[in-house]
Amino acid sequence: MNVHEDAPKLLWAGDSAVVIQFGNDISPSLASRVRRAANALEGARLPWLVEVLPSYRSVLAEFDPRLISPAAAIEALQGIVNVADAPDGSEVDAALVEDDIVTIPVCYGGQFGPDLDDVAAHTGLAPREVIALHSEPLYLVYMIGFTLGFPYLGGMDPRIATPRLTTPRTVVPAGSVGIAGNQTGVYPSASPGGWRLIGRTPLRLADPSADPPCLLRAGNRIRFVPIDEPTYYLVGGADNGQRA
Amino acid sequence: MANVLEVVNPGPLSILQDLGRLGWMKYGVPPSGALDQEALAIANLLAGNPEGATGIEVTYGNFTAQALAPAVLSCTGAWAPVHIDGVPVLPWAAFAVTPGQIVSIGTPAWGVRAYLAVRGGIAAPVVMGSTSTYIRGALGGIDGQGRALRAGDLVAASEPPAAVSAATAPASAVTARAVAALAKRQAVFATAHSSAPARGSASTPSSKGRAIAIRVVMGPQDDHFTDAGRQTFVDQEFTLTNRADRMGLRFDGPAIEHARGADIISDGMPPGAIQVPGDGLPIIMLADRQTTGGYPKIACVARADLDLLAHMRPGDRVRFVPLSAQDAYEALKQEQAASRAPGRALRIKIDGVEHVVALFELQ
Repeated sequence: MNVHEDAPKLLWAGDSAVVIQFGNDISPSLASRVRRAANALEGARLPWLVEVLPSYRSVLAEFDPRLISPAAAIEALQGIVNVADAPDGSEVDAALVEDDIVTIPVCYGGQFGPDLDDVAAHTGLAPREVIALHSEPLYLVYMIGFTLGFPYLGGMDPRIATPRLTTPRTVVPAGSVGIAGNQTGVYPSASPGGWRLIGRTPLRLADPSADPPCLLRAGNRIRFVPIDEPTYYLVGGADNGQRA
Repeated sequence: MANVLEVVNPGPLSILQDLGRLGWMKYGVPPSGALDQEALAIANLLAGNPEGATGIEVTYGNFTAQALAPAVLSCTGAWAPVHIDGVPVLPWAAFAVTPGQIVSIGTPAWGVRAYLAVRGGIAAPVVMGSTSTYIRGALGGIDGQGRALRAGDLVAASEPPAAVSAATAPASAVTARAVAALAKRQAVFATAHSSAPARGSASTPSSKGRAIAIRVVMGPQDDHFTDAGRQTFVDQEFTLTNRADRMGLRFDGPAIEHARGADIISDGMPPGAIQVPGDGLPIIMLADRQTTGGYPKIACVARADLDLLAHMRPGDRVRFVPLSAQDAYEALKQEQAASRAPGRALRIKIDGVEHVVALFELQ
């Protein structure tokens, strides 16, 4: 069987978990391998596999020691990952299918994006140019972490990079879209935060009572689509972050 | 569903926990659940419940509740005096209460977290497959939104006793398991704490406890440390600071030397991960940990010793003992097998009087 020159390393993470590590940088090609491995592990429906957590360059696989020994688990994981990771000449976009592009409507500026003017001032762009550059790329969800449904995104245009607020807000409303340095992200739930807020989505990104409990998953591509305020309210957007 | 207890005083922190929500880390949600899983499981078995029923995790005791209905309860975990209307009952055993009686869990002599189980299991909203309270994430618990118990809360049993009795283990097996778990915790913690609890960083305990040996499996990022750094980690003792909660335990001690900086590309956080940020001081990550993190993890605590972390107090000292993943697993299996063997007895002291304990489940 073909294997990548940089075959994944399986590293012990205690006696009931293994880290499957694909490399040491942040790139769409590594993310694609991570996603394939995570999909294969989940698809195998192994009763002893209790957590599969994809991140930038690795997958954390946790197993139930009541059901399998570490030696047997690592052998089974290695087998699945080797098959999933075999190169087929389409590695960068193999995991990208149309279904996985999630459109996130955003009402930019105004009461929902109180820092849009600051971002414009910092970057020397007009507010509408900031909006255009932010809603242009197809972003990649590298991982979900920090809080329920929070996506770590790659692909933001460096021209709109802006440092965090020097004093974080005590409450950032759910759905807020922000910029922090060269990252952009969406707050799934209300929380404290120092990101520069440029808009808000009426979509509910996290709902603990839903299955799955969040809209996004690692490997999704997302696109932000500008909407106006009437549309924001029409599709059920909330006023001031009263949602979960 | 009937109300069984009314919380009179929750103490410093009392929260509903089951064995946690597994499988949600990919969505950013940690497992939560009882920090001492075996203690909760045994409390449930003693009370006549399945292992994973919801109980109350009582932190540092000082918990009081009034019975609203006839009920069978049990209390395990930290060695705390349990009283009914001021009359002591055996911890780590089932006991019955009648309406109007006051159940209290006092300050533990050793350990931190006691587990109170109620026959029938405690009723609470199931959020993502679990009732466990995750305060930071506002999930689970008595209200489904991560709230800790407070005075006046009504605690209900979710099932009548008849419906759960068939699922329980035989009393003798429960007793053996309870004795084994209590003996292990007693052996470690009866001598571990300083004689005066460290309440502020400035306080000096009048006597130091014995260092607690915690078994670990090295990695996944032990190669981010120098040989000297790894040596420091396994040779030296570390002292738990006041920064200790359900998210993690932050230690003080000699700095563990990194080989190439203290940043890694953020990745998944396994149970018991020991991460070392730039100051070189280890942090053990517990059930309410963030799901991903960007500091290198020098080692992870072995399953067999994870439950012990629930009972470490500020000022306690720890020594990390490395072993292979397979050896850690064998140790866990051996302990489980030993704890299922009947015919063990245990000597304990209650109010200064020594007892040889025989634990029986109330039928």
